[in-house]
Amino acid sequence: MEIFQHILNALQFGSFYALIALGYTLVYGVLRLINFAHGDIFMVGAYIAYFVAVALLGMDTGMSPGLALAITVPVTMVLTALVGVTLERTMYRPLRRKGADRLYVVITALMAGLILENGNLALLGASRKRFPDLLEKSIWTFGSVSVTNLKVIVIVAAIAVFLLLQFIVTRTKIGMAMRGISYDKFAIPLMGIPLDTIIVFTFILGSGMAGLAGILFAMSYPILEPYMGALIGWKAFIAAVVGGIGDIRGAIVGGFLLGFIEIGVVAVFPSTLRDLFAFSILLVILWLKPTGLFGVAKTTKI
Amino acid sequence: MKKMTGKVLVAVLAMALASLALMGCGGDSDVIKIGFNLELTGDIPKVGEASKFAAEMLKEDINSKGGLEVGGKKYKVEFVYQDNEAKADSAVNAALKLITQDNVVAIIGPNSSKQAIPAGGVCNDNQTPMVSPWSTNPDTTKDRPWVFRAAFLDPFQGPVAVNFASKQFGAKTAAVLFDIANDYSKGLAEIFKAEWEKKNGAGTVVAFESHGTKDQDFSAQLTTIVAAKPDFIFVPDNYNQVALIVKQAHDLGYKGPFMGSDAWGSAELMTLCGQDCIGQFFSTHYAAAGAQGATKDFIDRYNTKYKYVPDDVAALTWDATRLVLQAIQEAGKVEKDIKAERKLVRDALANIKEFAGITGTMKFAGTGDPNKCAVVVQISPEGKFEFKESVCPQ
Repeated sequence: MEIFQHILNALQFGSFYALIALGYTLVYGVLRLINFAHGDIFMVGAYIAYFVAVALLGMDTGMSPGLALAITVPVTMVLTALVGVTLERTMYRPLRRKGADRLYVVITALMAGLILENGNLALLGASRKRFPDLLEKSIWTFGSVSVTNLKVIVIVAAIAVFLLLQFIVTRTKIGMAMRGISYDKFAIPLMGIPLDTIIVFTFILGSGMAGLAGILFAMSYPILEPYMGALIGWKAFIAAVVGGIGDIRGAIVGGFLLGFIEIGVVAVFPSTLRDLFAFSILLVILWLKPTGLFGVAKTTKI
Repeated sequence: MKKMTGKVLVAVLAMALASLALMGCGGDSDVIKIGFNLELTGDIPKVGEASKFAAEMLKEDINSKGGLEVGGKKYKVEFVYQDNEAKADSAVNAALKLITQDNVVAIIGPNSSKQAIPAGGVCNDNQTPMVSPWSTNPDTTKDRPWVFRAAFLDPFQGPVAVNFASKQFGAKTAAVLFDIANDYSKGLAEIFKAEWEKKNGAGTVVAFESHGTKDQDFSAQLTTIVAAKPDFIFVPDNYNQVALIVKQAHDLGYKGPFMGSDAWGSAELMTLCGQDCIGQFFSTHYAAAGAQGATKDFIDRYNTKYKYVPDDVAALTWDATRLVLQAIQEAGKVEKDIKAERKLVRDALANIKEFAGITGTMKFAGTGDPNKCAVVVQISPEGKFEFKESVCPQ
């Protein structure tokens, strides 16, 4: 019966990969830009959630943790979205205006990520932060399978976010504009569609979801450190590529796939083999289908 | 535009040169320099911080009295701190920098065996005395006449954990979860397993699972462990990982006890772990609650100065540094030549047979490893590490 427990664990960890991969895929889908700072935006999201939660619980209002959580989630998502938009306004847009090659924008993103990491280290020090308990933990046990309420929330949130984004991109006007920019960045403004607004909207969506992932991650693994976003962000990016970067279904499938492979490998083999197996399997998938599971072939890629 | 680029280049070059010039500043002959190779950032920053705080306190003590008296003359002491980022390669670089650029007489640290083992090799090759306060893995000092330590060894700590757990929990089976990328954790886990199976028969370690240093999710390993139904889980891991492991085990429905090792004993453990760690046991170097004499003085002064109870790393750094200072004094003179001075200090260190530290009396038998007692503590509901038992080597 261990297998059911492993499946639940994999769903939880895959949810984080999926939520972060969604941010990569949105920005890539619209701008053809790999936003390497995204993993660190996720980290910033977790820290913002920490400061909001600590401030709310620290006030003398006797606020219940549940109410604090209800306020923390939207506030964090808005603030993290602001961070994402700030990056786009101060770093990516000026380069885009000057007609810089995409390569330079990607390098800028990489540097932006390192600045966020090390800026955090300089500002807050190397000491870990403990995320406060915002949710009264309940553990439900069915036979040998245990599941916490938090685990269920994480999995449900990942799926809900996926459905929401899928709806926005495929069923709304702004989603149509996003797909349009992805198709032809130069023709779209001629149709009277405000290019920058759509791009900012994309960053708001992607970073907001990173903020949500940050809160949920901080609640599940309540120890925060400046480099927490680097590795997970990197892996989520690979998950997005394997799923077919630019496609929302690809991000969610890639994320869960990586979660399942990682948990599955560790469940059977020693943990040292996890990344070796996980990435070998992903490599084989890319080898068989270079555009990723849901990807379509494009002539230019970076 | 071209002119501008030129100016920027010149500015950058000038800055680089200036920083080089700053680094090259020479030392003073009336100063004794000791290097510290510490985990100031990285995975276990509280360890490096505690070490640095204890060293600063000791330095103030000595320099406020005019310095360290060697052969009738007083020398000011200067401590140089290098950050090893809790990484093995950075620890090697930090050691080399202390030896070749800062020209220190001796090096204290690194604390964690993961850094202390490679750094010990560098110090030994460069003939510079090194004392690790906290490293418990045998390889740190093995076949290295220039490397010493202030902590007991894992071959001693492992059996302490085994005996205590079988007595306290009445346990017949155990599970182990350890960090495979950390020499300390891996070494201790293997010693524990061998010792436990020797005592209780083969196969009584029902699960032996590993994880990586950067891992945050241990659910797969813990699911396997919980399914094997051990009487307790042995976790020889750093405090930051302990906090996640214990919580996740509880999330998976595990209700049994945990036994930990000395890497648990950071002042930050309870801030990170909270409720989940209360009532758990671990073996360590000293128990702050209920200490007496010089140990109590140290704890009280540290607590007043830095506003928290010092953990074992702080106390061991205090001991390790005093050990080096005593060796410098016992050498009787200070050589101008740094290489000759290092040799003097090493020989004096090797000559120390017994040392009364605040973490207990250490007896050295020529190997660089002290013979000293371990204590087992329990985490009280207030988050204090309460003395349970003291175990001394036979």
